[in-house]
Amino acid sequence: MTAAAKPLPQITPEMAPFWEAARRHELVVQRCRGCGEFRFPARDLCSRCLSREAEWVPVSGRGVIFSYVVMHQVYHPGFADQVPYAVVVVQLEEGARMLSNLLDCPVQDIRVDMPVEVVFEEVTPEVTLPKFRPRTPPGF
Amino acid sequence: MAAHPLRGAAAIVGLGITPQGRVYGRTPLGFAVDAIQLALEDAGLERSDLDGLLLNPGLAWNDLGMGSFQLQQAMGLRDLRLSAAMHLGGATACAMIQHATQAIAAGMCQTVACVFSDAPLKPPAPQGERTSSASAYGFARGWEQAYGYFGVNAMYALVARRHMHRYGTTQDHLGAVAVAQRRWANRNAQAQMHAEPLALDDYHRARWIVEPLRLFDCCLVSNGGLAVIVTGSERARNLRKPAVYIWGMGQGHLGGDPADTLTSGAVLAREPAFRMAGVRVQDLDLAELYDCYTFTVIVSLEDYGFCAKGEGGPFVAEQVTGPDGRLAINTGGGQLSSFYMWGMTPVSEAVIQVRGEGGRRQVPRHDLALVSGNGGVFSTHSTLVLSRHAS
Repeated sequence: MTAAAKPLPQITPEMAPFWEAARRHELVVQRCRGCGEFRFPARDLCSRCLSREAEWVPVSGRGVIFSYVVMHQVYHPGFADQVPYAVVVVQLEEGARMLSNLLDCPVQDIRVDMPVEVVFEEVTPEVTLPKFRPRTPPGF
Repeated sequence: MAAHPLRGAAAIVGLGITPQGRVYGRTPLGFAVDAIQLALEDAGLERSDLDGLLLNPGLAWNDLGMGSFQLQQAMGLRDLRLSAAMHLGGATACAMIQHATQAIAAGMCQTVACVFSDAPLKPPAPQGERTSSASAYGFARGWEQAYGYFGVNAMYALVARRHMHRYGTTQDHLGAVAVAQRRWANRNAQAQMHAEPLALDDYHRARWIVEPLRLFDCCLVSNGGLAVIVTGSERARNLRKPAVYIWGMGQGHLGGDPADTLTSGAVLAREPAFRMAGVRVQDLDLAELYDCYTFTVIVSLEDYGFCAKGEGGPFVAEQVTGPDGRLAINTGGGQLSSFYMWGMTPVSEAVIQVRGEGGRRQVPRHDLALVSGNGGVFSTHSTLVLSRHAS
């Protein structure tokens, strides 16, 4: 018996540029042309300045763990052999926060403010998921 | 200073609680009808006395926006002068009572039923087949499911982790809330967890749901209905049960990311509610604080000023909120240990206590009660101050 597949992200028109960039192993985030605020996920309206003008810009892929949880319940059969696994919120250097997973780090070693960097996990030929891994702090 | 014109203008005069928990075979609409009938009987009123209907439809209603009209038709109510389905999550219950009070004070209507009902639990499947019993709260948004991020538990856990990081709140602190409320529930025969003792060791041994939340950090899920009847204070005096007067009302909806503020809307709602009631936090005899999670209680204690911001954890660890503590908080066991009727759970327990109907869990002084409601993930908030006295 093969393990159930994990669910794929629903790729909405608004978020399509994000997923297209991820396939090229680039991390892009939407930025408001009105006030310059980065935002994630994509929206058609800036909640700060109410501008509808926005652009997708490449970001460094560096950030820190803002918060994290460790999932122990199986809500989808695709995660049955993954529990316990971490879901993290990464505070990107540019400002936006991004929900993701942390690779190469046991769940008990995750800490708030831990420096992380993006990695790309190719899930299917069409879908690549940006994820994160611990980053050696500068100066180390 | 002159008293606020709406202070004591209306009162809760009827309370109806259907069987709660794993109760099957009734629709959410059916539970709502049952709850209203029980509340009318409790008040000594007839269906024809109602001229207002406010509904908070739970998840299983799949409400398309006309729920209160559906309910009106289902129970044959005629000639209503107030009707609405309201959607503020767990803040709806207190908000419904606030709108009923305003409408009564404005002369729009006289007697309003406010009701919540839901039936998210499905009966066990035959032959041990797996069902997704409580999965109504396990939804995922769009792309987030690809990362395994599911459910309301995880949303609260992300905020709780920030609170632990910023203020040093610990697992023991969260556990202290669960233990205190279970001890109240052990004195409440209507509580789903009435017969189940819980010590801090038991709390720590229970399984993780989403770290940092364990099993007993999370509220129950219940099928059932719960209604209250609100009417003007003149009429309230001559009904079957002691009136529970509405002294103070407030709402607070902060916006933004609760993981930044680590506060509930109580920081906005408390001031107008306390000012209208003419009371301070230290005047309260009991508080029924919305408790979808243990963590929510800690934040609410901070935001209402029972303790300083960030000190909710050490505060509850001193065991001040249990049956022997100096603060009577969530005296029926709350949503963690009695039943989960969203904001109606704390409302109902406040009514029971202020009336003096608490039996083994009755608090000795019950003149003044605080009730809070919280919806979404600290997204919406509502406050009531209730009193045994008209003025």
